[in-house]
Amino acid sequence: MLKFTEEHEWLNIEGDVAIVGITAHAAEQLGDLVFVELPEVGASFSKGDDAATVESVKAASEVYCPLDGEITEINEAITADPALVNSDPMGAGWFFKLKLKNAADASGLLDEAGYKELIA
Amino acid sequence: MDETAALKKTPLHALHLSLGARMVPFAGYDMPVQYPQGVLKEHLWTRASAGVFDVSHMGQVTIRARSGKYEDAALALESLVPVDIFGLAEGRQRYGFFTDDNGGILDDLMITHMDDYLFVVVNAACKDADFKHLQDHIGDICEVTLLDRALIALQGPRAVSVLAELWADLAHMKFMDVRHCRLHDVSCLVSRSGYSGEDGFEISVPADKAEDIAKRLLEHPDVQPIGLGARDSLRLEAGLCLYGNDIDQTTTPVEAALEWAMQKARKTSGARAGGFPGASRILAELDNGALRRRVGLKPEGKAPVRGHAKLYADAEGKTEIGEVTSGGFGPSVEGPVAMGYVPVSFAAPGTPVYAEVRGKYLPVAVSTLPFITPTYKR
Repeated sequence: MLKFTEEHEWLNIEGDVAIVGITAHAAEQLGDLVFVELPEVGASFSKGDDAATVESVKAASEVYCPLDGEITEINEAITADPALVNSDPMGAGWFFKLKLKNAADASGLLDEAGYKELIA
Repeated sequence: MDETAALKKTPLHALHLSLGARMVPFAGYDMPVQYPQGVLKEHLWTRASAGVFDVSHMGQVTIRARSGKYEDAALALESLVPVDIFGLAEGRQRYGFFTDDNGGILDDLMITHMDDYLFVVVNAACKDADFKHLQDHIGDICEVTLLDRALIALQGPRAVSVLAELWADLAHMKFMDVRHCRLHDVSCLVSRSGYSGEDGFEISVPADKAEDIAKRLLEHPDVQPIGLGARDSLRLEAGLCLYGNDIDQTTTPVEAALEWAMQKARKTSGARAGGFPGASRILAELDNGALRRRVGLKPEGKAPVRGHAKLYADAEGKTEIGEVTSGGFGPSVEGPVAMGYVPVSFAAPGTPVYAEVRGKYLPVAVSTLPFITPTYKR
């Protein structure tokens, strides 16, 4: 199940685990990323907390935790090569896996059509 | 009123839009921050080939003595800047700054000795204040005129060959030389200078001819348009101050490590020592040193350290010693670079300090400036 936040994160949810990244739209708006800071595995966040930081040549931006949960895995490939987020934001450029505290909360997020409308 | 609608536009505004620029408000103008290829590629392109920058938002001012004599205009301007203007050779440009009574910097500027008058370029955000400052202080001796002209910078190692192919061989010009020149039958004022750390030119053009000149430059395969984003990372790598970030009324020229811009004639025991606002403090700092100093900062990790990050003497954040004034990622350095102020006891290259970034204290080494080797044709 693919969901989106108004803050331009995407979540690919299977059961109670979500793979989280930033959308192609967000990656394009940010420009070439040169640094990514990911959360630690085991860290817990509430929806809206700063979970990661991305930096372009010009500026730093926060990536928010899209739902309540615990980080179970991070994508170290993007800390080694932040450009992966620009080249494949919805695939190899994922950020972290989040074990959801309450998977039902995902129903409050946007679906793909809703997100497309948001950025149109 | 719509905020964007209130912004001023340079003569190249329509061209930026046609090139797909992302526009942002900057110093009251709607300016291109980047073009479709993006800041990183624009930066590297400028260092490898040649980039066109619209710097038309900056103020271009002429100062003419009412007597008609260059010397009178030069001495009048010397009452406002700690720079040797009287001794500036004709056709030469020099960096300088307006100071205030406390020795703080009101703006930085480029000053050129034209035949019988001075041509100066000032920052966009300061130009109205600078114009008033000049009028108020030297308006009785000089006629001060804010020109309505465009300013186009062509920066990079291919800049000289591009101009030679298109119009005029300017290879004989040295860094900071200024010449009248006809480009495509347009009378321009060309200086071999810029703010990228690269060889290059700044071309002052009549506003109605700017788009034509810029388009012809951009038609050349070696030339790409470059936005404010790359302009900022280029000048940061080159260790050049951005007014409002690295220098302002709270920083003196000596604190800012700009004593190279103050010539012997204006210093203690010089032929025309002092006589500019804040001279007592600035001359004392030239003689005895200032308490703090602008330095280069090289973060040891990969994380960029941005402007306003606090600097500490220790990794625990106990003793705050200063602040980062500009910082980001240097595409040519392939890592983070920054500048900031530290006490002189911390100013030696290699001194370890720590910058606070998102609650962590990241190790940063005080570094010499610039971070790249400039390619100015001296």
